[in-house]
Amino acid sequence: MSDVIISVKDLTKRFGDFTAVNRITFDVERGEIFGFLGANGAGKTTAMRMLCGLSYPTSGSGTVAGYDVMREGEMIKRHIGYMSQRFSLYNDLTVWENIRLFAGIYGLSKSETESRATELLRRLNFTSERDTLVGALPLGWKQKLSFAVATIHRPEVVFLDEPTGGVDPITRRQFWEMIYEAADSGTTIFVTTHYMDEAEYCTRVSIMVDGEVRALDTPARLKEQFVAESMDEVFRILARGAKRGE
Amino acid sequence: MSAIKVENISKSFGKTKALDGVSFEVARGELFGLIGPDGAGKSTLFRLLTTLLNPDFGRAEVDGFDIVKEYRDIRKRVGYMPGRFSLYQDLTVEENLNFFAALFGVKVEDTYDLVAPIYRQIEPFKTRKAGKLSGGMKQKLALSCALIHRPSVLFLDEPTTGVDAVSRSEFWDMLSDLKQKGITILVSTPYMDEASRCDRIALCNEGRILSINTPKDIVSGFNSHSQNSSPNPVPTTLYAISAENMYQLLLSSRKCKGVVECYPFGEMHHLVVDETFDIECFKKELTDMKGLRIEPINPTIEDMFIKLMKQ
Amino acid sequence: MKNNFLSFVKKESLHILRDVRTMMIVLLIPVVLMILFGFAISTEVNNLDVAVVAPNRTESVRQTVDRLSRNPYFTLIDYIDNNDIDKVLRSGKANVVVLFDEDYDKLLAQRSEGIDTKPAVQFIFDASNTNLAQTGAIYLQNAIATEHSQQEMLNMHLLYNPQMKSAYNFVPGIMGLIFILICAMMTSISIVREKEVGTMEVLLVSPVRPIKIILAKMIPYFVISCINLVTILLIARYLLYIPLDGVWGGVIVMSIVYLLLSLALGLFISTVSSSQVVALLVSAMVLLLPMMMLSGMLFPLENLPMILKPLPNIVPARWYIDAIRKLMIMGLPLSAVMKELIILVIMAFVLMGISLKNFKDKLE
Repeated sequence: MSDVIISVKDLTKRFGDFTAVNRITFDVERGEIFGFLGANGAGKTTAMRMLCGLSYPTSGSGTVAGYDVMREGEMIKRHIGYMSQRFSLYNDLTVWENIRLFAGIYGLSKSETESRATELLRRLNFTSERDTLVGALPLGWKQKLSFAVATIHRPEVVFLDEPTGGVDPITRRQFWEMIYEAADSGTTIFVTTHYMDEAEYCTRVSIMVDGEVRALDTPARLKEQFVAESMDEVFRILARGAKRGE
Repeated sequence: MSAIKVENISKSFGKTKALDGVSFEVARGELFGLIGPDGAGKSTLFRLLTTLLNPDFGRAEVDGFDIVKEYRDIRKRVGYMPGRFSLYQDLTVEENLNFFAALFGVKVEDTYDLVAPIYRQIEPFKTRKAGKLSGGMKQKLALSCALIHRPSVLFLDEPTTGVDAVSRSEFWDMLSDLKQKGITILVSTPYMDEASRCDRIALCNEGRILSINTPKDIVSGFNSHSQNSSPNPVPTTLYAISAENMYQLLLSSRKCKGVVECYPFGEMHHLVVDETFDIECFKKELTDMKGLRIEPINPTIEDMFIKLMKQ
Repeated sequence: MKNNFLSFVKKESLHILRDVRTMMIVLLIPVVLMILFGFAISTEVNNLDVAVVAPNRTESVRQTVDRLSRNPYFTLIDYIDNNDIDKVLRSGKANVVVLFDEDYDKLLAQRSEGIDTKPAVQFIFDASNTNLAQTGAIYLQNAIATEHSQQEMLNMHLLYNPQMKSAYNFVPGIMGLIFILICAMMTSISIVREKEVGTMEVLLVSPVRPIKIILAKMIPYFVISCINLVTILLIARYLLYIPLDGVWGGVIVMSIVYLLLSLALGLFISTVSSSQVVALLVSAMVLLLPMMMLSGMLFPLENLPMILKPLPNIVPARWYIDAIRKLMIMGLPLSAVMKELIILVIMAFVLMGISLKNFKDKLE
């Protein structure tokens, strides 16, 4: 039996009489790159918030990195990494100050911070940019840096919310290489994206429609199942039937 | 006469050069795409052409009017959809449409034939506040508002960013319809796969245009060494490869003979090679890769973009 | 193009009506401020604690003290010993000690014959609260002096506001404050919001002159301010009993000029701010603070150091508050505040001119 890092069963979130997420059930294994897709308004963000410990489910059960999503939201937050395109780093702080800040947030000791930050800068070839303001870095660099910062406490799971929006194709690929590398070393990656070709990079992909997980499998098998050329087509076949959002 | 004519335009903000000597022309009734990542200067170009900014150098015309001297004329005849959702979130769908009609001094009924195919899709929600619409519906409403005065040129700055794949594809269908009605459309997008929906595209990066052509001719330039020469039958220099461990494959194949570069591309990796490459040698070098597959493929716009960026 | 102006006004009104919370705040602020200042916060002196030192408790001393104790403004603590004065004041038991001279009766008699004598009564105040001490001194003087109207030690008349009611003082101040707050701050924020959200870009790329859109924005706020003006005047008249007979017209004319000036200020702020936060800060720092400090609303301008004396002249609220005081409290006709009126009109025109010139129809 393989190592399950995220496991949810019948996870549901209701806002009043609106069921944003309706009994979703799935497992994510250690070291997987798990693509979490869905149309706008399908409930992706709500589901992701529950998994990150930011909001409590209405019903259902689940664990993330060994902690209960119903009760241990605070513990989950401490043991995962999170990166979104919207909020990543402070533009008015230097590269070093940002790293130190987030290391502090995740409770790393001073010596740990020092050694990991130095190693992180070396790995990214950022050593010369140590004292550069993050705001002055190109977007692609910022994204690489914020991924590195989101994983500075070596979390078992990293949640990436549309991490590559608006980035040029080369940087986008460099970013995915970082993800591959992290996954290769055992970190589980949970990622949302609007780029359907990126869905193909994932080990497995789930597609949400109207608050439910309608498909979950490897990209290859999904394409087989829906007799589609690409994930883009699979997605369209599923999302066309959506009642909600539109 | 071209609908849009840009001659050697430059624009800087402080030290950053947003646009650096950009020139191109868009013919009447053409659907022209600006393809490029954030920071390529697309939005600045839109703001120049919609007369919101003045260029530092160079000049441009829209519908035959100079963007600096005759900007009032331009404002009467263009439709503009900025990159951010620029409608009033606290007003309803209907109120937004009526307001924009009033802004241009027209009655909604007068242009209804043009707007109807799009607006009809969101009409059931006309009493809903714009802020409460889904991404795809917001785009439709914004497009309806931009069309309300029957513009001759339509400027759409990243209309599909952040919108799901289905809505995106629907949106491009709408643009094709509008093109049929004779409206010139300049549209920008960071999604390379949308390029094929345009008549012609300009690939832009960091304030410069890397290449302008039809989507088909752009990719056919992949194999030749200079981007302007006509496509001549050189052996394919692009392969798709895959194996069980994709990450190891990426690292290992880069070390092989004749490989220029290797990058992830969907479920496969794309392998760019030079004349010294030999398939059999390659396979031999990677015998320890389980499930190795390699096949020649046709380049996409994105392959071309990557190639041009590296030049 | 006439009717599209109306639809702009309608759109602005919708924005305001949709934001129910803000609208309620804007409409309720004047009511709350008026009631707060009118009843709860008062610069009037009530319940002044008085201790009395009278070495010789003659009949006339007792009568005077008796009168003080019946006066609603004073609370008589007790007779105390001469040596305890310091103790009583320090402990805060009394705000003031009234010290009758040993020869009180004799001194009074001599005074009535016109002989210059030493004072018969002495007040020792705890002046740590200056407002209390100053006002209290005047009350006490009045209270004791009226009793000896024939032998007054001093002669003082308080005109227009004989009870020194603080309401008379703060109403013009509140009016000056509220109109700036609503007109300038709200308009500037609503214009800047369009810049921030990005709708301004779309508005600019249209054949309509932006100034038309801006003017349309001002109208709903002007209307709201007029409603506030009416609310304030009604509260002033019927809850605080400030006599307004015969001055309504003057107050309204003056206020409308001031409203227009505030709108121009708002427009001006919007042309120099890039975000709502900046607009808010500019409004607060550039408008509210100087207005409170330099308009004579809180502190008498006479107390300003010499070099700062000319400063209040550029604060519009100063002229407005001055004029409203003259109109509302002194009951003077509009012709008496012509100077203020003209200054405000000129200011409004200048500001409007600068802001219209400043308002660009491009992004830079």
